[in-house]
Amino acid sequence: MSKQVRAIVIAGNGTNCERETAHACRLAGAEVVDIVHISELLNGRVLLQDYHFLNLAGGFLDGDDLGSAKAGANRLLHAPIKESNEHLSEHLRKFIADGKLIMGVCNGFQLMVKMGLLPALGGDFTQHATLTFNDNGRFEDRWVYLKADPDSPCIFTRGLEGMTLPVRHGEGKLVVDGEATLASIEEKHLGVLKYSLPDYSAPTQEYPLNPNGSIAAIAGLCDETGRLFGLMPHPEAYVHRTHHPRWTREEDLPEEGMGLWLYQNAVRFIRDELL
Amino acid sequence: MAWRVEVGLKEGIRDARGERVKREIREHLGIELDQVRTIDVYTIDADLSPEEVEAAAQGPFSDPVIQCYAVNQPLAGQFDVLIEVGFRPGVTDNIGRTSREAIQYLTGRPFADDEGVYTSVQYLLTGQLDETAAERIAAGFLGNGLIQRWTIIAEADFDRKNGVPITVPKVVSTAEPKVREIDLNVSDEELMRISREGVLALNLEEMKVIQTFANDPKNQAERAEKGLTAGLTDVELEALAQTWSEHCKHKIFSARIDYEDGEGGSETIDSVFKTFIVGATRDVRAAKGKKDFCLSVFKDNAGVIRFNDDWSLVFKVETHNSPSALDPYGGALTGIVGVNRDPFGTGMGARLIFNTDVFCFASPFYGEPLPPRLLHPRRIFEGVVEGVEHGGNKSGVPTVNGSIVFDDRFAGKPLVYCGTAALMPAEIHGQPGHVKQARVGDRIMMVGGRIGKDGIHGATFSSEELHEGSPATAVQIGDPITQKRMFDFLIIARDRGLYNAITDNGAGGLSSSVGEMAEDTGGFEMHLDRAPLKYSGLQPWEILISEAQERMTVAVPESKAEEFIALAKEMDVEATDLGVFTDSGHYHCLYDGKTVTYLPMEFLHKGVPQLKLKARWENRNYEEPEVNQPLDMDATLRHLLGRLNICSKESVVRRYDHEVQAGTVLKPLVGVANDGPADAAMVRPLPDSFEGVVVAHGITPRYSDIDTYHMMACAIDEGLRNYVAVGGNIDHVAGLDNFCWCDPVQSDRTPDGEYKAAQLVRANKALYDYCLAFGVPLISGKDSMKNDYQIGDTKISIPPTVLFSVIGKIADIRKGVTMDAKRSGDLVYLLGITRNELGASEYYDMLGHLGKNVPAVDAASALQRYRSLNQAQKRDLLASCHDLSDGGLGVALAETAFAGGFGMHVDLRKVKCDEVLREDAVLFSESASRLLVTVKPENKAAFENIFAGQDLSLLGTVNEDRELRIVGLGGEILVRSHIDDLKEAWQAPLREM
Repeated sequence: MSKQVRAIVIAGNGTNCERETAHACRLAGAEVVDIVHISELLNGRVLLQDYHFLNLAGGFLDGDDLGSAKAGANRLLHAPIKESNEHLSEHLRKFIADGKLIMGVCNGFQLMVKMGLLPALGGDFTQHATLTFNDNGRFEDRWVYLKADPDSPCIFTRGLEGMTLPVRHGEGKLVVDGEATLASIEEKHLGVLKYSLPDYSAPTQEYPLNPNGSIAAIAGLCDETGRLFGLMPHPEAYVHRTHHPRWTREEDLPEEGMGLWLYQNAVRFIRDELL
Repeated sequence: MAWRVEVGLKEGIRDARGERVKREIREHLGIELDQVRTIDVYTIDADLSPEEVEAAAQGPFSDPVIQCYAVNQPLAGQFDVLIEVGFRPGVTDNIGRTSREAIQYLTGRPFADDEGVYTSVQYLLTGQLDETAAERIAAGFLGNGLIQRWTIIAEADFDRKNGVPITVPKVVSTAEPKVREIDLNVSDEELMRISREGVLALNLEEMKVIQTFANDPKNQAERAEKGLTAGLTDVELEALAQTWSEHCKHKIFSARIDYEDGEGGSETIDSVFKTFIVGATRDVRAAKGKKDFCLSVFKDNAGVIRFNDDWSLVFKVETHNSPSALDPYGGALTGIVGVNRDPFGTGMGARLIFNTDVFCFASPFYGEPLPPRLLHPRRIFEGVVEGVEHGGNKSGVPTVNGSIVFDDRFAGKPLVYCGTAALMPAEIHGQPGHVKQARVGDRIMMVGGRIGKDGIHGATFSSEELHEGSPATAVQIGDPITQKRMFDFLIIARDRGLYNAITDNGAGGLSSSVGEMAEDTGGFEMHLDRAPLKYSGLQPWEILISEAQERMTVAVPESKAEEFIALAKEMDVEATDLGVFTDSGHYHCLYDGKTVTYLPMEFLHKGVPQLKLKARWENRNYEEPEVNQPLDMDATLRHLLGRLNICSKESVVRRYDHEVQAGTVLKPLVGVANDGPADAAMVRPLPDSFEGVVVAHGITPRYSDIDTYHMMACAIDEGLRNYVAVGGNIDHVAGLDNFCWCDPVQSDRTPDGEYKAAQLVRANKALYDYCLAFGVPLISGKDSMKNDYQIGDTKISIPPTVLFSVIGKIADIRKGVTMDAKRSGDLVYLLGITRNELGASEYYDMLGHLGKNVPAVDAASALQRYRSLNQAQKRDLLASCHDLSDGGLGVALAETAFAGGFGMHVDLRKVKCDEVLREDAVLFSESASRLLVTVKPENKAAFENIFAGQDLSLLGTVNEDRELRIVGLGGEILVRSHIDDLKEAWQAPLREM
């Protein structure tokens, strides 16, 4: 395990973005990046504890048939590890307790929320929020602007003001179980990325800038440690200039895409704090 | 016992699905409701404890933040009418499958074979509506009677205590598997009755060939040894019908055609496929010599070309028209996940990198009464779009390119073209990746989904026109997740070297996949009783030909069989050993150890008699119309921009994930507001290389009304024009032809068959001529020949349509060009010459005319232009480039301007024409091979130098003022429109779809 940043991307049962997520981790400087099929974890051949950075990639776990990531969350919570008395969920808890990083994107974010990993107020892993159907009832692919909260504990967004990324989802509207939950999220600066105006000046509820009607325009959420983080937009889809929808006309776009920043922050944090 | 779990939204939670249904009921049926709320219903037919059911309802089935649930009691609150829609027995229920798996994780106990979970949706409607209106909503919008059943309950009749009674749509069959013997020594009428009633779609000549086979004493003796009697078994007859179907055998494309050209000339063509399609590729490859980039053409599930030293590119486009006519959602979903299996099952297997889709529909605003069994075009539109959305998005394959063509004749049959490209290693385990071969002794492994009655007779059904008896079982619903799991498994199996060959189970099911693979070895022995079934009661012939989805057939060496099955099991994929590939020379199936088919491979694959057709072209003396030039050219331009074939398709494009896999570098929507119409898509499939794939297409069915020769030439040119517009290398591009025709076989039902056959011949001649002239090899394709509707006296035939898809390479994606004007001051150029070619144009069609002068393609000058364009792109000389197609120069100018957010000032007097033309002709002629480009002023000399000696017109400039200003031939201002008004006219028609 020497001084290597080790990232894992879980695949299988409907994940779609594992390859580009792994690519983003590599570009950000992680030395070891493994795409691991979930069956490898459930067979106990690959152990979560051997990694620092867990990526839950976008896709349609089990087709989102019971609601986005619902069946997937059920599997992670209840699936036993073969020939042992342990469950994958226990390994995951241990991973979190060890202070390691998890980023869930799109379906991965939905999975985290539905497993209770976000916002995990007071370290309580029961579900208090959900991601449900966009207000217009449709799946949509479009680019949005995201304003970052500088006061958030989120380690992934450190130093970030705003970024533009694509959303590609039908169930991205964040809903919480009550006023108190929302108040806590806001007070603790956990709603770290918000759909915003193109100049990143203010969050917005206006469609299509806010593509789904999410409460408080929340696009991304972290826990109080800042180490668990999920977002609906796809950072792995903007790691190079040519990913930008207007790269053929905006001549001063930097070579590196904005989405990469989140992965770079993660790798930097691991190098500084976990190695 | 059966349980019923209802899941609804908590008070105060917005029901986005209900709102959408309410909106669509208004748009589709014109019925205004006050409110629609929805409830998900899970009917669990399994041995579970009340606690377990409660846990399932609470856990995976409902979301504690927004949903509530009830077990065995209703949730419904206030409503006027309740409609509950669920599937008919045996129809694929993906949510039911996931629910079952979820409960298994929860209890740690597997379901028994006859246990299951069935889902339905309850719609609670509030508003003024009577019984008829409720029935219309149920049958005309919420449900499709072919695959679904529904219950309608008025508020007054609702049992508030028990709710909707529990129904379990389990397939219950007491049928014993049985093999019937069919006596073929009967009259010709009787032979045809056997064919018709069995949906075999075999003609009399074919039935008689089978009769002769059955009566041959040598065959009888061989068969007697296996315990078979003189007549054929039903399994054998079905196998023959599948293998010999138009769908699988392409009998029309293989026919011997006597063609008369209408001017006294005649010739006999032995297969248009061999002569013109295979012929074109053969001759193009020979001309390319060492630069030939084709690797595998026509012989596999998809075509393969070279990408670079390490990777090869695979592409296939299919149609799924007939199923989409009956069930648009299921048909289109199956279309996309079905075509995914083609590139995946090519060579040793390939990873999917993008999808394309092109639809042909009647107007969604069609207002005439529809003949029986036809769904309203709007419903087809919505269902197809949603089917492809679910199929593509859930599979994680970006949909990067497509279009929608409208013509009211597509009410008779919609066309649903779905394409998929993939990337395969150039070499796998030391062998070329595109080569595969099953070996004698290899096990026949069926992988993926189970077999049911779904999709039975799909191949033969699509070989007929849509008629009253068209079978409902021909419809299937795809399951992207089962397929995704299977693909995840098979890629690993490929890389571990666990198999020798792989192919897809599509049309014809196991009969086709195993039958075709066995051509490698010369025979097989397959045990139909070993095949895993969705439910019991299937007859052996049904198992053999079922087109149940998400299945591949794989040839696994005996020594690897155990490892293959173990890996599958671990990854939650079903793999079953059905038998062995042999060199017996026979198509040998058994059931419970008894032989049920014993047919020589030779007879099966080569026994079908060649069809003979007559084709006679008539010159239909069309005339150019006499029309006055419109007075208000601004309004004319806006009307054209709002035509269905021209207007924005953004509402559809946004519903497709077009950038998953993070390779889409030129997206379908471009420009300053990400809403301009891209000409083609560019994909960077390997993140560590800047090499790119470019994909585009051409489709011009309107031109068929004048001459299919020029229709084909224009479709090819349009495909290539779009391709080069963004930067695709014209010398590294391949084509795929997908013919959709109306029945060209002369008969009482098709009295103009000879003309339609001549149309087919002419299109094929153009295909040969222009592929050769452009140096474009054809690598794959497909034909769908019976796109007619005939019930009673009503016959609707689609216009002959060819989708010409192109795929090729760009050496460096950073040289890609988009169609939007980039900056004020840039120069506006038109490449190519404008002729009086308004025949079958959008402009004439808008005015109600057909005309005569259909655009003709001058391939030599076009090829020179496209090569020069590539030069200019390589040197970064183009700011924008947009192809001219429907609506000609006027539409291209408007689109370039509003997509870029700039005005343009141009002068029509500068447009190079081959004769003096009227202003409307200059603006709206659809002459081929033309492109509109903008160029930075400092690049003027370099740019003009590249095009020296070619048709090049400097029309004007890009301007800050956001006005499209066009100076007419007399120097007057002909058009002066704000780009926002033009954009609005272009965006409005389909914005709300």
